[in-house]
Amino acid sequence: MVKINGKETKTQGMSLLQYLVQEGYHTERLAVECNEEIVPRSRYAEKILRDGDVLEIVSFVGGG
Amino acid sequence: MVSEKEIDDALALRHTRQVQEKLKKAKAAVCGLGGLGSHIAGALARCGVGSLHLIDDDRVDLSNLNRQQYTLAQLGMPKPEALKEWLLSFNPYLKICTDCVRMTEENTGELLKDDPYICEAFDQPETKAMLTNYVLEHFPERYLVGASGMAGFGESNRIHTRRITSHYYLCGDEISGIETCGSLMAPRVMLCAAHQANKMIELILQGGRES
Repeated sequence: MVKINGKETKTQGMSLLQYLVQEGYHTERLAVECNEEIVPRSRYAEKILRDGDVLEIVSFVGGG
Repeated sequence: MVSEKEIDDALALRHTRQVQEKLKKAKAAVCGLGGLGSHIAGALARCGVGSLHLIDDDRVDLSNLNRQQYTLAQLGMPKPEALKEWLLSFNPYLKICTDCVRMTEENTGELLKDDPYICEAFDQPETKAMLTNYVLEHFPERYLVGASGMAGFGESNRIHTRRITSHYYLCGDEISGIETCGSLMAPRVMLCAAHQANKMIELILQGGRES
């Protein structure tokens, strides 16, 4: 299980990009941290989610 | 003309000398000078944060005056210049550096090279994401306070400050975008800006605390 924004989630060896696309995220509006470190946007496809990973997905909305 | 010492003494009376000196030595960048950034800069300047770096490529427009810290007399002025004018009107001894440019992946590193504390106060989600990714990837030792979700009105207590990592904090309700709420109003935008400025002051005075 991977903890994503506080929730235990089954990701079954997916890449981060696969997960983000499955969940309908706009990848150009995100900042993703894995185990307290930013995942560079160029690495979403190669980043495989592993058991025990703690992921924070910040999905920005407009306004300021 | 009020002297620098008189202003410092007045601030020290409010904050204690020790806190005032720490704030005066601090340097913070505010990226985006709309409803969030103009109020963040105002709050930091009122506290006596000594050096501010104001960055925005926009000019003051009539449609900004519902929530941003500008006046009719400033219509058409570059926002960094207009904001600087106001900040200096209550503390003329602040060191204020302005950049009237659009932040991109190409120029962000150079623009922020000397800024240990950074506020992300843009309005477009893509620009917010660009700056956040850039700072977290290239400047992991800096402190970043960003915002997402402050459109609409009401629901004050949904605006929060959340720790993402020890060096990155996010303010807002994380849901209410202009895309879905259709309006941006001074009270809720100012609430979010106050969260950001308040977190920044805490980081300057105490650093990032775990938990």
